[in-house]
Amino acid sequence: MFMTSRRARMAIGVAAVAAMAVAGCSSKSKTSAPASSSPAGSSSPAASASGSASAAWDCGDNGQKITLKIGLFGNFAYKTAGLYDKYQQLCPNITIQEDDIEQSGDYWNKLKTNLAAGSGLDDIQAIEVGFVAQVTANYADKFVDFNTVPNAAQIKSTFYPWKWQMATSTDGKTVGLGTDAGPEAMCFRQDLLKAAGLPNDRNTLAQQWSTWDGFINFGKQYKQKTGKAFIDSVNSIFNAAVYQGNEAYDNAQGKPDVENSDGVKKAWQLAVQAAQAGITAKINQWTKDWNQSFASGTFATISCPAWMLAYITSQAGDAGKGKWDVTSLPGGAANWGGSWLGVPKGGPHEKAAIALATWLTAPAQQLTMWTSQHFWPSSQAAAQDPSVKTATSDYFNNAPIGEIFGNSAANLKMPPIGPYDTDIQTALDTELGNVEQQGKNPQQAWNDALAKIKQVTGS
Amino acid sequence: MTAVREAHAGVLAGTVGHPRKRRPRYALIGSKAAYLYVAPFFVVFAIFGLYPLLYTGWISLHDVSLLNINKMTWVGFHNYTSLWTNHFFLNALTNTITIGIISAVPQLLMALGIAHLLNYRMKGSIAFRIAMLMPYATSVVATTLIFGELYSRDFGFVNWFLHFFGVEPINWVNAPKWQSQLAVASIVIWRWTGYNALIYLAGMQAIPHELYEAAAIDGANRWQQFRKITIPSLRPTILFTVVVSTIGSMQMFAEPYLFGSGTNGGGNGQYQTLTLYLYQQGWQYNHLGFAAAVAWTMLVVCLVLVIINAMLTNARGRRG
Repeated sequence: MFMTSRRARMAIGVAAVAAMAVAGCSSKSKTSAPASSSPAGSSSPAASASGSASAAWDCGDNGQKITLKIGLFGNFAYKTAGLYDKYQQLCPNITIQEDDIEQSGDYWNKLKTNLAAGSGLDDIQAIEVGFVAQVTANYADKFVDFNTVPNAAQIKSTFYPWKWQMATSTDGKTVGLGTDAGPEAMCFRQDLLKAAGLPNDRNTLAQQWSTWDGFINFGKQYKQKTGKAFIDSVNSIFNAAVYQGNEAYDNAQGKPDVENSDGVKKAWQLAVQAAQAGITAKINQWTKDWNQSFASGTFATISCPAWMLAYITSQAGDAGKGKWDVTSLPGGAANWGGSWLGVPKGGPHEKAAIALATWLTAPAQQLTMWTSQHFWPSSQAAAQDPSVKTATSDYFNNAPIGEIFGNSAANLKMPPIGPYDTDIQTALDTELGNVEQQGKNPQQAWNDALAKIKQVTGS
Repeated sequence: MTAVREAHAGVLAGTVGHPRKRRPRYALIGSKAAYLYVAPFFVVFAIFGLYPLLYTGWISLHDVSLLNINKMTWVGFHNYTSLWTNHFFLNALTNTITIGIISAVPQLLMALGIAHLLNYRMKGSIAFRIAMLMPYATSVVATTLIFGELYSRDFGFVNWFLHFFGVEPINWVNAPKWQSQLAVASIVIWRWTGYNALIYLAGMQAIPHELYEAAAIDGANRWQQFRKITIPSLRPTILFTVVVSTIGSMQMFAEPYLFGSGTNGGGNGQYQTLTLYLYQQGWQYNHLGFAAAVAWTMLVVCLVLVIINAMLTNARGRRG
């Protein structure tokens, strides 16, 4: 649903399992509870607007009992947030069955095989930002075009234009409706910074960390004073900074263009700088060691898209409450991740599936997902809701998360995306990991990464 | 791997210690009915074995993307010739062989020793035999995930143990080649040693007891008995396990895939095996034609190994 890195997405699966384990264990169930103190979405204008619309909601079931299968990966948390129950109250004839694959890499492998074979597809299939460009380029004809559904214009108007655009093919077919988006911020352990005798106030830090250079210099001080790692991984820097350029992995035509990308060049150089300064914890993201480090304080900072707040909360647990804090991302706004819900054409329950996908991504439900999981709405109608804007998080030391992520979302650059982004990013991340963990020569690592990317793109 | 081993396990029991019948005497009676009896297998084999095999061969001569499998471009043997200059493929081939060796050799040696010990009369031998088979019965996914915990850099048991000897924490999932390969091999060893031990044990129990008695009368000690009687009598069994382990390591996938959380097999491909490479090329990068060529090359390598083994067996048979 959200991340572009392959490893990242696997780990969300792990997170999903962890979340389930946590949910099943009553003594720990608080850790998966919403950390936001924002008011419930029900009183908000956006919610009530579509609340009144729901009075005449067309379930698309033609009065028959239907089971809708929804193919997801990782942790969409619709069930946790109670949305399925709510929909089944709205549409008593509909039973929703989740078909979830932990790792979104595996999910995509299965989905593209099914699309190629034209069988085995669910009524709704989630699409992630890592492969949405492959879907629009190759399979736009196999999905319902949301420009042609009833109320298309009204539905379209609720989303951020760039969210709609990313799921739209060159000939104008929109293959999915946006779920969440991933505006990024910087999460930090305010208690560790304080213990190191460094500023720990989020406004002061926002200034000192306004550039990545400032951030890395600050990290060197932290390392000097404590002897400990400042940030979790080079990937934390690279994956954020790469989306701050005009280009990330592709040129404006959506063709891979790593060597000439300003985003990649800058991000690579910053990541290498951090690796060589020794301020990273040398942990691969989404590994067991990484998960355990949220609680143990192995590192003090990590760049965090909105959806990662729930992840940090579940990994750091009750003991981490008030220790973590959030400030804006160095170097400007960036987006990491985001998903869509698509409806394969010609399914037995196409109409009901369109209705469900529309409902799940409608502003009111996006608000619920924000309140419950901190998934940032890709619906601008929901994002502008006061309950989002004024949200603070008591888990994250009362940080004004609505304002911080809202600023990031408002200032996002959306570099062009392409079909190979996930695998290109994995190749670069992996080689940066080698520089960081094995002291590999950066030039050698860069050449090896390019060789790997050639394997991916085949050119 | 599992299927292959199980299929051969039954055959094996018959091959040990019993002279093989050359040809059934009743071959001519009702031969048509016999064809009918075996037909279901061959029909199923043709659909699920032969057709995919040939189709894979056909695909391997084309440039074809998984994203658009109807558009195939003929490239002849280009996919095959490009393999030999592709250092990712050669790396995977080398890895497959080295991991195969460092997992199979200790595994089989230990299995032999354990089988020898279990062959003595003792109390609770059933319990020991069941215990031997437990790792084999454990899901490979569960095994690998637990080994992943053991090999965790910061919180793992292995590094904790090593630190008593002054060893710095090793990042096993992305360590120098031999270290990472050792970690992957250890999973295979743990899982398959008991299974092989049971195979050996079955073989040992088919060795006539008189041989040992005669040797004991001649004054041979236990070790000499083991070397001069057990090992030679077990030779067909050993060859069988060697072949099956070889085929198993050619197909090794789940362990490195789960250990390294993906098809890369470590940051520098330290333990990217051929199947991982095949999967990465075909299903992750969508180069289906190229992946098919890798698959066929693997088949050929496998066949070569089996032929070598058959020749060894025959050579021994002629000597005997």
